[in-house]
Amino acid sequence: MNTALKELGAHIAAKRPDCVLSWDVILDELTVLIAPSSLVTFVEFLKTDKTCQFTTLVDITAVDYPEREERFDVVYHFLSMYQNHRIRVKCAVREADMVPSITDLHPSADWFEREVFDMFGILFSGHPDLRRILTDYGFRGHPLRKDFPTTGYTEVRYDEALKRVVYEPVSLVQEYRQFDFMSPWEGADYIIPGDEKADGAKG
Amino acid sequence: MMDGKFDDALTGEQKIRNFNINFGPQHPAAHGVLRMVLELDGEVVERADPHIGLLHRGTEKLMESRTYLQNLPYLDRLDYVAPMNQEHAWCLAIEKLTGVEVPRRASLIRVLFCEIGRVLNHLLNVTTQAMDVGALTPPLWGFEEREKLMIFYERACGARLHAAYFRPGGVHQDLTPQLLDDIDAWAEQFPNVLDDIDGLLTENRIFKQRNCDIGVVSEEDIQQWGFSGVMVRGSGLAWDLRRAQPYECYDEFDFRIPVGKNGDCYDRYLCRMEEMRQSTSIIRQAIAKLRAEPGDILARGKVTPPKRDEMKTSMEALIHHFKLYTEGFHVPEGEVYAAVEAPKGEFGVYLVADGTNRPYRAKLRAPGFLHLQAMDHVASGHMLADVAAIIGTMDIVFGEVDR
Repeated sequence: MNTALKELGAHIAAKRPDCVLSWDVILDELTVLIAPSSLVTFVEFLKTDKTCQFTTLVDITAVDYPEREERFDVVYHFLSMYQNHRIRVKCAVREADMVPSITDLHPSADWFEREVFDMFGILFSGHPDLRRILTDYGFRGHPLRKDFPTTGYTEVRYDEALKRVVYEPVSLVQEYRQFDFMSPWEGADYIIPGDEKADGAKG
Repeated sequence: MMDGKFDDALTGEQKIRNFNINFGPQHPAAHGVLRMVLELDGEVVERADPHIGLLHRGTEKLMESRTYLQNLPYLDRLDYVAPMNQEHAWCLAIEKLTGVEVPRRASLIRVLFCEIGRVLNHLLNVTTQAMDVGALTPPLWGFEEREKLMIFYERACGARLHAAYFRPGGVHQDLTPQLLDDIDAWAEQFPNVLDDIDGLLTENRIFKQRNCDIGVVSEEDIQQWGFSGVMVRGSGLAWDLRRAQPYECYDEFDFRIPVGKNGDCYDRYLCRMEEMRQSTSIIRQAIAKLRAEPGDILARGKVTPPKRDEMKTSMEALIHHFKLYTEGFHVPEGEVYAAVEAPKGEFGVYLVADGTNRPYRAKLRAPGFLHLQAMDHVASGHMLADVAAIIGTMDIVFGEVDR
């Protein structure tokens, strides 16, 4: 399993040296890192190449790393039912970047790209119908970004006087409970009240 | 001479335009909260635009602020027709990252309950799809059996539906010999029930008229639209993750993968019926193996709680127990994609861990999402009434589509 994937990774890197930034096999999974600009040609290569035959798109998603300059990782999973192997393709994009859409190659990318747009606000160029998909009609913000609060900004209720559903800013009786379970013995960076006095004394 | 425009020859009534209707969100055949905008030319569907998200609960966002163990019950609530199969994918992802080896007995119990989940799902799907096309009796008979299976769920874990039974490192509690006997007794008589439902539906003229040659899916469609599960097997591709990329201990079980020929709704129905028979056979094999395989059901270690008696007598075990249920366990940094053959198709969990006790990102890949996406492609050109048959056979549950 592992050697076959390594061979596949080497094959892809040899055939497409201009696209592949790096590749690795971790936990029996092949991950290829590419640049967003070469995404479409690379996916087409994966689909048509005889040894790859990644004809099924399994998943598109993104991961948000707010501290990085290239804030998002857009992650594609492909499967070959004929060769029975999987691949993960990742590309890092900035917040303002447009990612080329792969809907021409995989029609199933349509909703996945809409979902990534909805959840992260990443724009896909060439997508036929980039609307929100999971959130409410007229929703604002992109919920899966790390800077979006879990409680959201608005809440809805049925207003008996107006006879319709109204949107209001969210009001919490109690702060959303983000428990901190980090162990103080395992290298967490804690600021204990009073510590600043010690630093002040030094400086 | 005639000049000017000619279109005034038609009165307003004679001008024909396509008709748009809203299918759902409250429609019994929509299997949940699906709003589908259908453009109809007479009774023929020209375009179908499913609007999803009415059941969106933000599961993936919620999961980012909870520990790995607290997240497990969310997985039940995705496809609530066969809850344990979803938990399975979550556990497999964590076990892959932490490198935990599941004890053999726990592995067998997982197979047993995954197959019960498959029967639960197919029973609901086959019979309610039959109801969508006009038969009333099958759901009554099917739910009778589902009820019995849910009692087995309850006896194993205390909950009829939202089980939270599969845990990273094994399963929560051991099964009693009595329960194994009862499941075995159920599995013995279940093929008779299937024969009854078979007798009602398989050669039923109306059922065949409503399903044969409806919603035909070709091999190319499967690749293009990313289908999985029965949607693939109904079209003749013997693709089953249990066989192709075996997980747990499926490779030691003897079962066959039924495939269809035409890829229409009727073939998918036949596949599901046969899969239930195969699952029943796996259930009986698993029980036979379980009887000969006593032992622990959790890989004792960091990710699992200590034994109850140890916890009551040993200080270290008590601390471990307390830490596990408050702080939770830490998963080493990395990313993993774990997929299982859920009854509806490939259910996958893409997990990004950053070394803390909470997932940095968890993406749940639901098979129904892709199936519903292809609705426009599959349903266009069919009659309005066929839309209900197609939705039924695509096996869509909104818990997992909307997440």
